Amino acid sequence: MERFEPKIIGFCCNWCAYAGADLAGISRIQYPPNLRMIRVMCSGSVDPEHILEAFRNGADGVFIGGCHPGDCHYMSGNYKTLRKVKLLKKLLPQLGLEPERVRLEWVSAAEGARFAQVVADFIEEIRRLGPNPWKRTKGAER
Amino acid sequence: MKLKLAIGLGSTCSGCDIAILDLAERILELVDLADIVFWPTAMDFKLEDLSKFGEGEIDISIYHGTVRTSEQEHIAHLLREKSKAVMAFGSCACFGGIPGLCNLTNREEIFRTVYKETPSTVNPDFITPQTRVKVGDFELTLPELYDDGKSLKQVVDVDYYLPGCPPVVELIEKLIPILRSAQNGELPPKGTVIASDKTLCDECPLRRENKIIDHITRVHEIIPDPERCLLEQGILCMGPATRGGCGARCISALMPCRGCMGPPPGVKDQGARMISAIASILAVDEEQELPEEEVERLIEGIKDPAGTFYRFTLPEALLNRKVGERK
Repeated sequence: MERFEPKIIGFCCNWCAYAGADLAGISRIQYPPNLRMIRVMCSGSVDPEHILEAFRNGADGVFIGGCHPGDCHYMSGNYKTLRKVKLLKKLLPQLGLEPERVRLEWVSAAEGARFAQVVADFIEEIRRLGPNPWKRTKGAER
Repeated sequence: MKLKLAIGLGSTCSGCDIAILDLAERILELVDLADIVFWPTAMDFKLEDLSKFGEGEIDISIYHGTVRTSEQEHIAHLLREKSKAVMAFGSCACFGGIPGLCNLTNREEIFRTVYKETPSTVNPDFITPQTRVKVGDFELTLPELYDDGKSLKQVVDVDYYLPGCPPVVELIEKLIPILRSAQNGELPPKGTVIASDKTLCDECPLRRENKIIDHITRVHEIIPDPERCLLEQGILCMGPATRGGCGARCISALMPCRGCMGPPPGVKDQGARMISAIASILAVDEEQELPEEEVERLIEGIKDPAGTFYRFTLPEALLNRKVGERK
């Protein structure tokens, strides 16, 4: 059987996680290519609707990268992100999705190696979980 | 010229019918403007009465209830075919409503619970409703129960929406001038929602002080301050993620909004919007110091997120059903 290659949507904040991803690139650190990254100004601007929309459209996992607590460029956006993600993780199992399919990580602009590491870890975890079960339901044809 | 009005129903508690009757004496204005040609709850109509109409012969059809069986789907298609305009009436037709919570389970599980597992059930052969059964020389039929509950617009093209569980009389009364202008061939633009275009918070009579929740509580656990925002007092009120227009009648009785008016304009997913709203006010006064575990503990206060945030809108949510167990 072919190896399952997860599709992962990543929302990365402009000031920390995205800059961290940039640093990983500049430093030529290798990590698997399963992450499709979307740059946002702040992880706090990622609405739960965006995450649900990603799952609806067949993403196997959603990664959100923000600044470490206390480092948010907009003072407190990342604290709101934390609350959103925790609430969403409580909702997802009721809809039959594993909460592990959403991962929130704090990555600073200086942590290129850490960025590559957490993304690689997440991809491995999604590989273990298997494809997004939503893709197999009739509801998806709506 | 007198209009023709039909009122059809799906999976409904018929509270919507009662709400129409709540027009009281104004219902006479309604019947002055329109002949009611189909309304099985109120009068003796049969489905074949509806079938006899020609295409587009009925001026306005109102449909209330979730679409959950083959028969209800048939009625919805029939009304669409026979009518110039179709209105989804009440939260079930507009968004799927309470019966739409059936999307958290499926027919097989429901049958197993109802016809097998409940303690008062004795059914050793596990006999469940069938769509066809032969009894002697006769074949009996039942409509098929679907796995999914659907809103009306997931089944047919819908022109107008009148949300609410049930819709308040103040909104139903707005049908009368609409019918009056329909007599002159003037109808509101397609997609019109007969309600407010703002959130419920906009018309809420209670006072907001700091927009912070420091704990989450349930409605029976405290006696709320009757002047102050219920959300600020820790009671989950769907106001920030719900369309206004209902006159905040639940809140006036100090019951939190349950979201029956559906999401406000521009919002796809009411539950996601509510999560976003809570996230921006939950223990944000001490957010710098508060450890993650404490945030998790606060969130534990929400016992049933799907049932609370999608009580009336699950079939219209982005993820609109529970997906199956992995086999």
